[in-house]
Amino acid sequence: MADLSIFDWISWACIIGGAFFAIVGALGIIRLPDIYSRMHGAGMVDTLGCWLILIGLMFQTDEWIVFIKLGLIIMFIAFTAPTTTFALSRAAINGGVNPGPKISKIDKPDKKDDALSNK
Amino acid sequence: MTMFAAAAIAVLISMALALVRAFTGPTVFDRILAVNTTGTLTVVLISVYGFLDGRPEFLDIALLYALINFIGTVAVTKYVKFEALGFPMDGPDDGDV
Repeated sequence: MADLSIFDWISWACIIGGAFFAIVGALGIIRLPDIYSRMHGAGMVDTLGCWLILIGLMFQTDEWIVFIKLGLIIMFIAFTAPTTTFALSRAAINGGVNPGPKISKIDKPDKKDDALSNK
Repeated sequence: MTMFAAAAIAVLISMALALVRAFTGPTVFDRILAVNTTGTLTVVLISVYGFLDGRPEFLDIALLYALINFIGTVAVTKYVKFEALGFPMDGPDDGDV
């Protein structure tokens, strides 16, 4: 840990924060009850996890083109992650996934639910 | 160099956790969500590997992978919903996903 410049410290802080948010978001994808709440975990991985790791990488280069490419990757993730989540939640609602875990247990499963669950 | 290795290990752990949901997801939408998250983490992994190897030209591949991941996820979602890719179905609300 000797000879760390100020940019190295900023990189370490960003990368550790990004790793924390990525792992916690991935745990949320596993443990949350249904698809609409799992999107929250996926959104944490997409935004804070990826952004903080990529911002941490931005402090480790001295070429401007690498800096710009990392900024472009961050910008593309910022545009595409909400679009994907919107399309997926809309398809899930139209595909017959009930919001809320209790409703799906009380209601009888109809044909769409049987076709969509690959058990 | 150590920070790049730490970032790569964290990204790999997150990818493994997301792939668990992709294998065990009850509906097809859970699997799409988990695969989309895995693709986004792959973008970060390619970038980190470029820095780890000392060749930041890998960022071009990461940029392309971000675009392909988005297009692929939207295409799979539309295919699951409409069972077709190319044309809007009848109805006022079916053209968009």
